[in-house]
Amino acid sequence: MADSVAPAATTEHAHSHPDYVQHHFHDATQQRESSKFGMWVFLVTEVLFFGGLFAAYAIYHTWHPETFHDAHKVLDWRLGMLNTFVLITSSLTFALSIRYLQVDKVKVALYNLIATFVLAGTFMVVKYFEYAHKFHLGQLPGKYYTYTGLEETVNPHVFFSIYFMMTGLHGLHVLIGMGVIVWLIVRTAKGHFHSQYYNPVEVSGLYWHLVDLIWIFLFPLLYLIA
Amino acid sequence: MAVNNSATTTVQDAPRSALAVPASRDSKGLPHPNYLSDGGKGLWSWLTTVDHKRIGIMYLIVVMAMFFVGGIYALLIRAEHFAPGGQLMNADQYNQAFTMHGAIMTFLFIIPSIPAILGNFVLPLQIGAKDVAFPRLNLASWYVYMFGAAFAVYSLVTNAADTGWTFYTPYSTETGTAVISMTLGAFILGFSSIFTGINFIVTVHKLRAPGMTWFKMPLMVWALYATAIIQVLATPILGITLLLLILERVFGVGIFDPSMGGDPVLYQHFFWFYSHPAVYIMILPGMGIISDLIATFSHRKIFGYKFVAFSSLAIALVSFIVWGHHMFTSGQSEFAVMLFSFITFMVGIPSAIKVFNWTTTLYKGSISFSVPMLYALSFLFKFTIGGLTGIFLGALSVDIHLHDTYFIVAHFHYVMVGGTVMAFVGGLHYWWPKMFGRMYNRTAATIAWAFVFVGFNVTFFTQFILGSQGMPRRYWTFPEEFTRLHGFSSWGAMIMGVGFGLMAITLAWAAFRGRVVGSNPWGALTLEWTHATSPPEPHNFPATPDVAHGPYDYDKVIPRVDEPANAGVGHARPANA
Amino acid sequence: MDTTATFWLPSSASTIANEVDGLFMFLVWMSTFFFVLIVAGTILFITKWRRKKGDVGRLDTGPAHNSWLEATWIVVPTLLVLVIFFWGFRTYMKMAVVPGNAMEVKVTGQKWFWSFTYPEGTATVNELVVPVDTPVKLLMSSQDVIHSFFVPSFRVKKDVLPNRYSVTWFEATQVGEYHLFCAEYCGTKHSEMIGTVRVLSDSDYKAWEEEAMFSGEGMSMAEYGERLYTSKACVTCHSVDGSPGNGPTWQGIWGHNQPMTDGSSVTVDENYVRESILNPKAKIVAGYQPVMPTYQGLLSDKEIDALVAYIKEVGGGGE
Ligand code: HEA
Ligand code: HEA
Ligand code: HEC
Ligand code: CUA
Ligand SMILES: [Cu+2]
Repeated sequence: MADSVAPAATTEHAHSHPDYVQHHFHDATQQRESSKFGMWVFLVTEVLFFGGLFAAYAIYHTWHPETFHDAHKVLDWRLGMLNTFVLITSSLTFALSIRYLQVDKVKVALYNLIATFVLAGTFMVVKYFEYAHKFHLGQLPGKYYTYTGLEETVNPHVFFSIYFMMTGLHGLHVLIGMGVIVWLIVRTAKGHFHSQYYNPVEVSGLYWHLVDLIWIFLFPLLYLIA
Repeated sequence: MAVNNSATTTVQDAPRSALAVPASRDSKGLPHPNYLSDGGKGLWSWLTTVDHKRIGIMYLIVVMAMFFVGGIYALLIRAEHFAPGGQLMNADQYNQAFTMHGAIMTFLFIIPSIPAILGNFVLPLQIGAKDVAFPRLNLASWYVYMFGAAFAVYSLVTNAADTGWTFYTPYSTETGTAVISMTLGAFILGFSSIFTGINFIVTVHKLRAPGMTWFKMPLMVWALYATAIIQVLATPILGITLLLLILERVFGVGIFDPSMGGDPVLYQHFFWFYSHPAVYIMILPGMGIISDLIATFSHRKIFGYKFVAFSSLAIALVSFIVWGHHMFTSGQSEFAVMLFSFITFMVGIPSAIKVFNWTTTLYKGSISFSVPMLYALSFLFKFTIGGLTGIFLGALSVDIHLHDTYFIVAHFHYVMVGGTVMAFVGGLHYWWPKMFGRMYNRTAATIAWAFVFVGFNVTFFTQFILGSQGMPRRYWTFPEEFTRLHGFSSWGAMIMGVGFGLMAITLAWAAFRGRVVGSNPWGALTLEWTHATSPPEPHNFPATPDVAHGPYDYDKVIPRVDEPANAGVGHARPANA
Repeated sequence: MDTTATFWLPSSASTIANEVDGLFMFLVWMSTFFFVLIVAGTILFITKWRRKKGDVGRLDTGPAHNSWLEATWIVVPTLLVLVIFFWGFRTYMKMAVVPGNAMEVKVTGQKWFWSFTYPEGTATVNELVVPVDTPVKLLMSSQDVIHSFFVPSFRVKKDVLPNRYSVTWFEATQVGEYHLFCAEYCGTKHSEMIGTVRVLSDSDYKAWEEEAMFSGEGMSMAEYGERLYTSKACVTCHSVDGSPGNGPTWQGIWGHNQPMTDGSSVTVDENYVRESILNPKAKIVAGYQPVMPTYQGLLSDKEIDALVAYIKEVGGGGE
């Protein structure tokens, strides 16, 4: 026992922890870098997740280019364009909210978050009308396909399978994002975030940009392949 | 006592490795505080814990239960094969049995086994962190696992899937069994695996203790890190593949369905794009454990540390471009086949590097035959066989003959059971005293080891011969001439079953009743042994560790063996007295 | 049958088999070498340097690194695997390229049997008959899920897919009977999707061909039907003595009212039997799975008539 020299170690709480820093982190910087890095890694998994669908798209498109060419015409590119515009704007408002938090303009940040939420909602509403129209016409995936306007095309239902899978998965991401934004709005309103601490907003922003980015790929691939 | 003829400075370093002295001990002689009894009391405190050590224990319980279920199926399979078809199951039941066996063993047992149980427990300890980067995500991963497991179990108790663990289309889209709940289960389990992977990557990058440079990390950490990369990159592909399969069943989307211009072989590409890297998700952490065990129990610096570390990364990266070797008979282009065969061989080389480095580490060591070491040595023995037979399969002409025969079954059991499971069980025996502060009965554990070792080789070596003689896999019944070999293999499985049973009892008993041990019973040099008590405190270390030496610096530091511990406090014995 | 079988491998009865075996045995010996090297090294080291009592205070004295050693065990295995790669690939290419003069047999896999159609138009079920020393090209497809054509003694295996033709070939070198397995899991009776490859001498093959072209001359329809009952593999699922099988027994069914899964019932007569053979999924007998394959294209009209006659006889409609 005698030779058990005292450990040469950094003592616990050498510097006090603000309450927004979790106990297992050294300091706010470590926490911030960790959560950002974690989000990037998560986004990689998201890219690969969608990547599988993009691969399926690419392969089927190579096999049956005519199918895609014919079937995509029933999509309304104007609605797609509108939604592209809506999403890009929402990315901008999200980025602005972070910017305003960094300079402690919490109120403005809050308005920007709310704007983001409204834009995301608009996207979903437009999507809803698109879907409803397709349901009505029977332009549905796989064996539920009953539409009769594409008799000349081989296997048009596969195009709609892919369309619904890709936009559906993307829509799900938008919905999840909207949930997250609500949570951020509440916390911002409660004053949890300020220039010293805005991690959750920042990493959610990264996620939102990815969701946006995926749409930017989906839009031309589905609506404008001609 | 060996003469110490090295520089004296190193000897003075020795006491540093005896820092893990408990503040006090409770009535049972265990350190106080410790994470088992002092991190909150009652079941609820466990179900809501964010402590990586407790989450590791929770994984231990459920994953072991799954191993048990998978193992029972294995024994049923073998019992059926004492003679041609109809011993105790009909053909459909047999098909469900091997499907459930394979699916449970891969998705519910082996993939989470080392990372989620041992990785969770030791990774933060080994790098001197207080926890993983995202403790709540860690807990979430456990719940996601339970959720996924619930779906799998649902499939099991209703109308178990009968597709093989590979779920090949078009069979899997046609069969009437509960394929959806099984694949949905595997899909959900994928998220659990991704969460663990993200957590480990960030933890290793951002939470290392001061002084813990990349090359001071134990090889277990390197291996977990490489594994996490594969988990993060490959698992989403499995997710989307299984999702497509489910949609194919529900909506008939047509991507894999030939009657709609799709292609069933495309499914195979998707599946193996994940599942080949997945086999390295299974083996890499095992290799990490073996590196630690061999170093500790031969008290030697690991030979060629950097080669061993980087070979893990090499395996992780190259593993993404060999998937086609599972499909040599499916009619790919000659060019694709050639590339896949070639790259398959290239993945073999980093494994060869590791095997040779481990063997050389034993040279001039101080080798102890503790139970974990026995498992490590049997890993070397079996993994070499398993890996070398992988080389058979990479060789195109030979694989044409061996594909989908028992040779494949033998190959992957040699690497998965002989490799991963031996490493995992060895790791359990190694860290058990750290997890519970208690030691198992060495004699009982050694007997269990012997049963497993003998039983395993009898079971699966026989299957190499069966396979090369032409016995196809996934066969409920078989021609008479294979009966003798099948019977032999089945007896081996029964012996192995006894071994695993005895092992389970020994370990379980030790967790509650075993002899209390000190902080460092093996004389290891990694932080969890030198700086944390057994069991560790709720926040791991009394103080952030100061990393003074590398994980295997047995040439500079004499480890302080802290065993046996009778009630007293840090009775650390001077290293060289 | 297994005259040339060894400890590791079954009899080798095709031109390619010896080449495959050569590489296989090379791999066996190479693996043995590395295995022995590693195990012997391990045993040597662990016995020589096993820890003695009180050995703990000893500082590690072995080397931590040696570039030459590392280089050796990177380079040597790399060279070896290159050799293995080329060797394997060369033989594989031979397996992939069908000789121009090959005789072509059309193979169909379906749950759970194989059928073969020969150049002259005859067909067999679960038995592939080929002449010795003649390259045979197999043009294969599946009616349902994926199967795989596997003859261990020939070292050939190729998946049989529902959406395209796959091709493989072999040249048998020895007269005899060999196992034909389905090597891709395909459901309940995957393990019973077993057939035989019968390799005949040239003269025997000629005789067989004649026999196969035989269309019942000089036999009664029922007698001919009885032959077809075995040669077309009805026997694997249907009994004629009342014993249970995958399909209903034919004993006493003629004129009988068979209950169907959908609740209706059907009287067994000529039309129903004919339909059952050509389109078995149309009506499913209660208590059975819809597993019977269609014989559309595999049986000539005359053969169907003969089977009907036979079923009539054993089914109690003959007397
Ligand atoms: C832990 C899991 C694991 C691991 C580590 C491996 C490792 C390897 N596997 Fe295996 N494999 C599986 C699990 C695993 N496999 C599974 C589950 C399947 C079947 C799935 C199914 O169909 O259900 C399979 C199937 C499989 C196939 C497909 C066979 C078929 O279906 O036809 C192939 C083909 O190439 C293959 C090759 C290899 C190779 C080359 C390695 C290499 O990484 C091995 C490298 C190791 C060594 C080479 C040994 C050590 C080195 C030396 C001792 C030095 C000397 C070496 C040389 C001279 C080369 N494996
Ligand atoms: C990790 C993966 C893993 C593991 C560990 C095992 C373990 C075993 N496997 Fe399996 N196996 C697979 C993965 C695995 N298998 C896969 C993927 C397939 C392919 C499936 C397919 O074709 O689709 C397969 C297929 C397969 C087949 C081929 C079936 C066929 O093709 O027809 C056979 C046949 O012998 C077999 C046998 C065994 C045996 C005897 C064991 C034994 O080692 C089992 C021994 C274990 C026990 C007896 C359990 C004892 C446990 C306890 C007592 C509890 C312990 C608890 C604590 C420690 C707390 N397995
Ligand atoms: C793989 C198994 C299998 C094979 C081979 C097979 N059958 Fe069948 N057969 C069945 C099954 C199962 C049924 C009952 C389900 C159904 O009606 O389809 C059946 C039903 C029948 C029926 C209707 C019987 C009744 O009781 O109503 C006839 C007739 C028949 N088969 C004739 C044949 C003939 C002729 C052959 C060979 C040329 C043959 N089968 C080969 C499985 C098989
Ligand atoms: Cu057909 Cu297996
Ligand atoms: Cu593989």
